[in-house]
Amino acid sequence: MTTNGDTAVQVVPVRHFGRWVASFFAVIVVAMLIHTLLSKIPNGQVACQTIDAVRTCHNVVNWRFSWNVVFQYFTVTEIIQGLGRTLLLTVISMTIGITLGVTIAIMRISESRLLSSTAWSYTWFFRGTPVYVQLIFWFNIAAIFPLITLGVPFTHITFFHLDTVTFFTPFTAGVIGLGLNEGAYMSEIARAGLIAVEEGQIEAASSIGMTKSQTLRLVVLPQAMRVIIPPTGNEVISMLKTTSLVSSIGVIDLLGAAQNIYSATYQVVPMLIVASLWYLAVTTILSIGQFYLERYYAKGALRTPPPTPIQRIRSDVRGIAAKFRTPRPAKESR
Amino acid sequence: MTTPMVSAKGVTKSYGAVDVLRGVDLEVARGEVTCLIGPSGSGKSTLLRCINHLEKHDAGELRVDGELVGYEARGGKLYERNDKQICSERAQIGMVFQRFNLFAHMNVLDNITVGQIKVKGLSEDVAVEKARALLERVGLSGKESNYPSQLSGGQQQRVAIARALAMEPKLMLFDEPTSALDPELVGEVLDVMKDLARSGMTMVVVTHEMNFAREVANSVYFLDQGVIEESGDPGQVLSSPSSDRLKLFLSKVL
Repeated sequence: MTTNGDTAVQVVPVRHFGRWVASFFAVIVVAMLIHTLLSKIPNGQVACQTIDAVRTCHNVVNWRFSWNVVFQYFTVTEIIQGLGRTLLLTVISMTIGITLGVTIAIMRISESRLLSSTAWSYTWFFRGTPVYVQLIFWFNIAAIFPLITLGVPFTHITFFHLDTVTFFTPFTAGVIGLGLNEGAYMSEIARAGLIAVEEGQIEAASSIGMTKSQTLRLVVLPQAMRVIIPPTGNEVISMLKTTSLVSSIGVIDLLGAAQNIYSATYQVVPMLIVASLWYLAVTTILSIGQFYLERYYAKGALRTPPPTPIQRIRSDVRGIAAKFRTPRPAKESR
Repeated sequence: MTTPMVSAKGVTKSYGAVDVLRGVDLEVARGEVTCLIGPSGSGKSTLLRCINHLEKHDAGELRVDGELVGYEARGGKLYERNDKQICSERAQIGMVFQRFNLFAHMNVLDNITVGQIKVKGLSEDVAVEKARALLERVGLSGKESNYPSQLSGGQQQRVAIARALAMEPKLMLFDEPTSALDPELVGEVLDVMKDLARSGMTMVVVTHEMNFAREVANSVYFLDQGVIEESGDPGQVLSSPSSDRLKLFLSKVL
């Protein structure tokens, strides 16, 4: 409602016909999806019963997506253990990846050409070869280096050695392969964050006498985090699922456990659904964590931080409640 | 005769083929305010940044408080100072930037205490007490928990001055401290600077505020194309300039 001089004029909002049509089709598609998820199909068996000498038969139906099987296997020990291994792999690989990534990013922006080109080469190599190949390589490392020794390079002096086979279990190979690969991707993310910090911030830190490492720790990294967090969250979620590659080198992770079960029961799709639901659940939790982490590191960058989902729901509810409480002023049109 | 706080003799600096400073001589006595004026690109900011070694000068002698900036003279040789030595030199020289450069992720109080705690090694209590006193001095009590983005330009610049003063510097450098401010906010920053000048702080100020220079400065240096074209008493230099370049410059800015 707006006023045109003294008279109040009724305002007709723009009609979004295209949006209505698109919404209609979206609703149809969603309805079809829900319908098929909840549908039942004959499983080929016929059940017959005889009541009062009358024999009646009907086709037996099952959930199309075998929800009963999904439910039955959802929390079996093998799956939960696999999930635990997947989470452990994700946490360790990401820790290695982030630590390596930040280190390599700092080397990359170093004034030393040797350090920066070493960092560049690392990223070039590990980003340029498939992670699957790298995993298989680390799994077979014992064939190339049967012994791991600690000593003085280029001499025969050794302090300590151990068999590669005993150290490089499939799990270790998985963690190292995933971590080193992740380091290459994380280094680019960290570098983007570091160069996004204004030059003036570094000058100001220098001007009050901070050393280079203090400047990095106290001024540059905390501000770089704002840029680093969102893509890192993406990497964590991506890593959660990339860990499933380790099932090919003999680590029984979430997917590996599901595969083990379906190779015995032939319930392929239900077991894949079990695994997928767990991946989805963990991803959901990680996304929530990412939101709050982003909010934390946004301090100072935004005048008012965005509301949390809970705050948003609360203010929506309050808004709707307010609408009902105060009677809307009657439309005047003269 | 006491040693001057800053003395430059034949200081040069070039970026590739561009000569920014071409033999600058300058002397700043203790407790005095020196203003550097000149057209943009004349090298005044570069000279200021050389004084606390944010830029490395190429040749010439630059001393702060009698000590060579960035080098140590021993046995007829100049030894380049390491990162740590340069940092401790810088900690004694306050700098205020055109773009304020407050630490964006820290609130006002942390901006003023971080240097005291991490560089000078003071306890948090002492640092906070000092910070509160300085905030009162620059007229910003009660803004402790605000972030820089929540402050006006004038307020940010006053916090930046407080941050520099918290290190108890023997010399303050101002790099066009009011150039990024809205006209109505310039006054509040200049007032703080005048107060500082009255308290006996040695200051080198790159500025376009000719009234400030006339009112507060003990001496004015006019730089043009990397050399000091004219210098002396502000009344003399600004009211009756002798060189044509300064006359031209003043006719544009006044």
